Formats: sequence, structure tokens, C-alpha cells
Amino acid sequence: MNEILVLAEHRRGELREITFDLIARGRQLAEKAGAELVAVVLGRGTDGFCATLAQYADRVLVVEDDALRDFNSEPYQAVLAQLISERQPLLTLIGHTACGLDLAPSLAVQLDAALVTDCLEVEIDGGKLTAVRPAYGGRVRASLQAREATHRIATIQAGNAPSPRARDSAGEIVKLQSPLAEEMAYKKLLEYVDTAAGEIDISQSEIIVSVGRGIGDPKNITLVEDLANALGGVLACSRPVVDKKWLPKARQVGISGKTVHPKLYLAIGISGAFQHVTAIKGAGMVVAINKDPKAPIFRVADYGIVGDLFAVVPTLKEKIARAKAGK
Amino acid sequence: MDIIVCVKRVPDLAEADIVIDRSQRDIEKDDLVFDINEWDNYALEEAVLLKEKLGGTVTTITLGDEDAEEVLRRALAVGADNAVHLDDAAFAGGDAYATAKALAAAIREMPYDLVLAGAQAGDDGYGQVGATLAELLGIPHATLVTSLEVDGKIARVRRELEAGLEEVMELGLPAVLTIQTGINEPRYVSIAGIRRVARREIDVRKASDLGLSAAEVGAAGSKTEIEKLSLPPAAQKGDILEGSTAVVAEKLAAIFASKGWLG
Repeated sequence: MNEILVLAEHRRGELREITFDLIARGRQLAEKAGAELVAVVLGRGTDGFCATLAQYADRVLVVEDDALRDFNSEPYQAVLAQLISERQPLLTLIGHTACGLDLAPSLAVQLDAALVTDCLEVEIDGGKLTAVRPAYGGRVRASLQAREATHRIATIQAGNAPSPRARDSAGEIVKLQSPLAEEMAYKKLLEYVDTAAGEIDISQSEIIVSVGRGIGDPKNITLVEDLANALGGVLACSRPVVDKKWLPKARQVGISGKTVHPKLYLAIGISGAFQHVTAIKGAGMVVAINKDPKAPIFRVADYGIVGDLFAVVPTLKEKIARAKAGK
Repeated sequence: MDIIVCVKRVPDLAEADIVIDRSQRDIEKDDLVFDINEWDNYALEEAVLLKEKLGGTVTTITLGDEDAEEVLRRALAVGADNAVHLDDAAFAGGDAYATAKALAAAIREMPYDLVLAGAQAGDDGYGQVGATLAELLGIPHATLVTSLEVDGKIARVRRELEAGLEEVMELGLPAVLTIQTGINEPRYVSIAGIRRVARREIDVRKASDLGLSAAEVGAAGSKTEIEKLSLPPAAQKGDILEGSTAVVAEKLAAIFASKGWLG
């Protein structure tokens, strides 16, 4: 069918932001291809989601089932495989998220579909799928094309799409019978756990001083902490620092950690992986100190210092202390 | 408990200059340093930790050219019992699907309770191989695993979601789990340790040994192909402060002061 299918992602009763990225992307693709934009909602008690999505999509397909209440790749895969086989969409878009990573590859195998993951750009032209995606941790861009296949699936990186445009009138909401006959045997969700519960909420601070892999050794972190204190800010970090257990997860800025909106974000020894810089888009000012002039963090920094953090950080702390004392 | 752990040899680009090669489909690799993929290193450690706790075997498997053997030696030095090397010119240029297909053909013939792989690779970053492999083997999977306990025929895992949230899941074994960085603290491997396993036998297999034709694997057996690589624009958004350490620190302090942040 001449449709672009978009999988709505939701968690704990809320549509996730990625869903609107997918809708915006899907709309662009549908317009180019002269296709309809179809949102797919799998869940339980989804009336609110459907009404929201119908503002943007030409059609909303809903499958309600207890097994779909929370994301679980097994029932999701079973329902989507059937839906895609029946409707033969031009393309199915899924978020490149923890859900999408768990779902898209096995779904593609079941459907014998061509799959491209973590896409920055996607085009579908005469049934041919091409995509631009990062490789080598974002330091290279790869243009890919999918070989001829019955089905095509793309997972889309979060945060690169414009805001979706609402339709003049609400799209049609179509409730479908759940094809799930019995409970699936293999995989069960037991609970959600908030890893930062009871810990400091760094996103509440107006000034965040953040440390990355470049700090080299956990005992050096006090250098950065001293600077954070001098600025009256809070100490945060990037993923490698948490992976090495040098700071707790609650201090991590990134997609899997905290998204922050301080007036000042000072990144020290942080290279600037996509997962990190996405989470600081809301910062008023970004300042980066890094010895590698090619570090991607400088692409998002308002001010940069290319230099050795072990020289720059103590000097900066001293200048700040002196400026404060001078007042 | 028999565990299979999939590993890959990848270039470490931390401070390297990246140059696109003449084919435009790959980067120049001659001057790069290679190592085990970071995610796979955590998967390997997790496999060895489980073996130390529960007994059984760890078999490590890689797909790659002759140089890829070094990551298998590393895995043996860490504590793997067996190593399998899928090495055939026909495997070259494969996408995640073609790679998973070859791995599945090899793993299907082995005894296993659990298959571990890195959640993604530092080079292609598809994040696809583990879950694709699971579906080809017809067993369940969980991706982005940040903790793992095995209790009889059940694995209880935590998966990393977004915004500090994790989900706790149970899976029936056998299963494929893809491992996220930070799940453990990978042990240090000395050169002497790697030297000690230099003579251990490695089981090398070609496509035909796996019952696969050249058309089913590598670039020919892929569902996607790379058309072109490019370097993203290096455009800088803001000002790089110039001068000695004292000068740049002074300039930055002045910027903060002008915003009223040092008051």
C-alpha cells in the first residue's frame, strides 16, 4: 500500500519525543512519495495517544492488548510483522532508541526486510531506500542503500527532525483486532527502575561543570570539582566516567542519563559524542576545554579552549576566585 | 553453562586522523591501532565472570580476516576456553545481516546456553548483529544489558533505557544478550598473558564449512551496501580562545564575569 508507517513509542503513559521526530520525518517522506502517513499505536488504554497522533497522521492504526501495555519486543514484533505483511508499506520508521534497537533487527529478520539503523537522513524513491547515518562514533558519515527487498525498515536517530505540522482535520483512527492469541513465553518485563532515584538532580543546576574521559584518572576529578565549586555549579560527567565507576550514574549527562538546560555548560575533557551533545542542546552557553582541536564538542561550543585541561582548569579556577574576590 | 561471546576487531580512532580511502567506501586503516571492540570487551568480561561463578565453558567467536585472530588470543588470555575464527574472503564487506548469518550458521552447531555480544561496534555502529543473530537462531534476546543474573534456565537482566531509566526483564534460556558498556570492570590483560595463549588452537572456518555459499555471505549476502563515506563538516559554532593558558583562562573568566556569573 502507498503508506509510510511510523511506530509510536510510549512509556509509562506518555508518548515519547521520538514519536514526533518520526511523524515529522514520515510526513516529509509521504509528501515526496505521494503516500499516506500512518501512525501505529500498540498498547492498552491508548485513546489519548491516538487523538494526539491523529492531529498529524492521515490514519492511526491501533492494536490494544494487555501484552502491549508496556514495550516488549516479542509481542510488538508479532503484531508489527503481521501488520507490515498485510499492508506492504513503502517504508516503516522506528526510533533508534532502546525500544527500536530491541525490536527492529529481529522484526527485519522475520519479514526478510532490508533494515538501516541510526539514520540521520532517509529517502525512499521508487521503492528504493537510501540513508545517511553515522559511523565510527559519529566521526564519519556513511551513505547506504538498501538492496531490493519486499519490506523496508529504518530506525531514526532522535532529535534531528523539525516539529511536525498538524493536519487541517484529524486523521482517521482505525482499531484493529489484536492478533496475539496467547501469552508469549520467553520475555517478561518485571519492573522499571530509576537509577538516579534519591540522588542529586544535576538538571536543576544553572551551572554545570562536566568531566569526561580526558580526566584520565579518578583522583583527578577533584580538580574539576574544585572548579565547579568556584563557579557555584554542580559536577557532572559523560558516559565513560560512569562506565569506569568514577562517578555515579546520576551525574551523567546524555541520552541514557540526564538532559540538561543550564545557563552554562562547561565540558572538560569530553569529546562530544552524539549521545552527549544531544542532551545539552538546551544549554544557554556551552564552553569546551579539550586538547583535541577536532573533538566534536567544539562543533556545539560557544567558546572553546584547545589545551591541556590539567593546566587550564586550575588556572581558570584561580582567575575565577580572584575575579570573585575583587568584587 | 556454555557461553558463546561474539567479538570484533575494530580500529581505535580516539586521536586518529581519519582519511576516506580511494574506494570512498572505507577509511584508510594502515596507520590505525586496532583493538577489541569496547562493547565486546565488556561482553567478554561478563562471560568469564559467569563462568567463574557457575562453571562451564566460554567460546569466543569472531568474523574477520587473519588479523582478527588477535582479539581471539586476547579473549583466550582473559579466560575463554575455545576460539572460533570465521575467516574467508567471501565474508568480506558484509553488513550486519550477513555477519549475523555467518555467526548463526557457526553457533547453531555448538552447544550453548547463552550468547553474549557487544550492544554495538565502534566502527559501523549498526547495533544490529546480536538481535539479528537471536532471530536467526530462533531464540529470545535482550539488547543494551547493564546487569545480568542467571538462575537455572532463566536470565534476569536490566536493560538501559533513556533518561536514567532501566527495565528489569526475564528471558528463557538459551538467549542472546547484547551488552552495554559499564556492566562490569574488564580485567587488564598483560602482553605476557597473551603470549601464554599464543599456541592455543583456534578453530578456523570458511563459508563452505558452515554450509554457506559465497553468495549468501559477505557483500553478496548483504541487504544493504555502503555507497559512500564522507567526513562531517568540521564547522565550529563559536570562538576558540587563543593565547597562553593564563591568557585564555583570563578571557574565559572575563566572559563569565560579563554574564554576572561571578558575582
